Amino acid sequence: MISPALVEIAVEFMILSLLSFGGANAILPEIHQRAVDVHHWMTDADFTQMFALSQAAPGPNVLIVSLIGWKAAGVAGALVAMAAMCGPSSILTYGVAHAWERFRDAPLRIAIQQALAPVTVGLILAAGYVLTLIADKTWQAFIVTGTTVVLSLTTRAHPLWILGAAAAAGAAGLV
Amino acid sequence: MTAARPGGDRPLPEVTTGALFTAFLKVGLSGFGGVLPFARRMLVDQRRWLTEREFIEVLSLSQFLPGPNIVNVTVIVGRRFRGVAGSIAASLGLMLMPLLIVLLLATVYAQVAQHPAVRGATAGVSAAAAGLLLAMAVKMATPIRRTPWQIGIAVLAFVAIGIARVPLPLVLVVLVPLSVAIAWRRRP
Repeated sequence: MISPALVEIAVEFMILSLLSFGGANAILPEIHQRAVDVHHWMTDADFTQMFALSQAAPGPNVLIVSLIGWKAAGVAGALVAMAAMCGPSSILTYGVAHAWERFRDAPLRIAIQQALAPVTVGLILAAGYVLTLIADKTWQAFIVTGTTVVLSLTTRAHPLWILGAAAAAGAAGLV
Repeated sequence: MTAARPGGDRPLPEVTTGALFTAFLKVGLSGFGGVLPFARRMLVDQRRWLTEREFIEVLSLSQFLPGPNIVNVTVIVGRRFRGVAGSIAASLGLMLMPLLIVLLLATVYAQVAQHPAVRGATAGVSAAAAGLLLAMAVKMATPIRRTPWQIGIAVLAFVAIGIARVPLPLVLVVLVPLSVAIAWRRRP
């Protein structure tokens, strides 16, 4: 007997796989809506915790998907979510790779690249905005977010140092 | 198997399925805060499976298609050398260790999540992680910031998803064709 949650996870992430222009980060608001509001797999707080964990762990940022699956349906959920998130887009990529190489300098290819770039920027910006609203419950948290933006844009500090400093500040009760 | 590639400037190096798996396994273990730079170093500098130009082409296709960019890179590179088996070996190699580590981390975290210091640390990391996303969007906007129509599309995408909370499929169905049409009309 396959649990209904596993089927939901598989269906949702197979759809999101083909919508994730700009990678996993671009669909964070959509994942949040489906995981919290539609399917009630977790609370807002759980979602932010999983997001924080995925950022603190080594590996690609698509790992957030496995943590959402894990929270919803354990290890099986993690594996199903990851396979569903990577499967459809990988099959598409496999099929398109050959044609793409042949049309290297085609005007349509260049137009599509120019067209998708701003869509991705807008989606990532929206993801950052939505995550800020969900994660920042205190004014101190907003300061941490703002400081991170400034440090990322003005210094070459490795993201891990920033996350570590924020974790230390939080553990000390400052956030 | 040595075959000329379309657009390739040298014969295809001999790469086994096992080598694809182990090479990407190492890449998966090294990536803290982004795996792509490590994938580039392995593919171009260390193993010389791709030239710099070939890597940029693989990357641009990976970013153009939906799906996690780094997974798309493994699929394309694996396919180039060993077809379907190569794609599967490369992407499994990449994801295996990070997946194990993050699930282990999540299991440990669940045990200590209620501790006040851990809750505080989580709040701090969440706030900073949201800031990293915002900063990433600003950095990604650099190539488009001098093109008014591209700024307009980015703002529309942001408002639709971030503020109006329009479902993503609807946003993409409207915005992508609109954006392609504008880009096409303005082609040189």
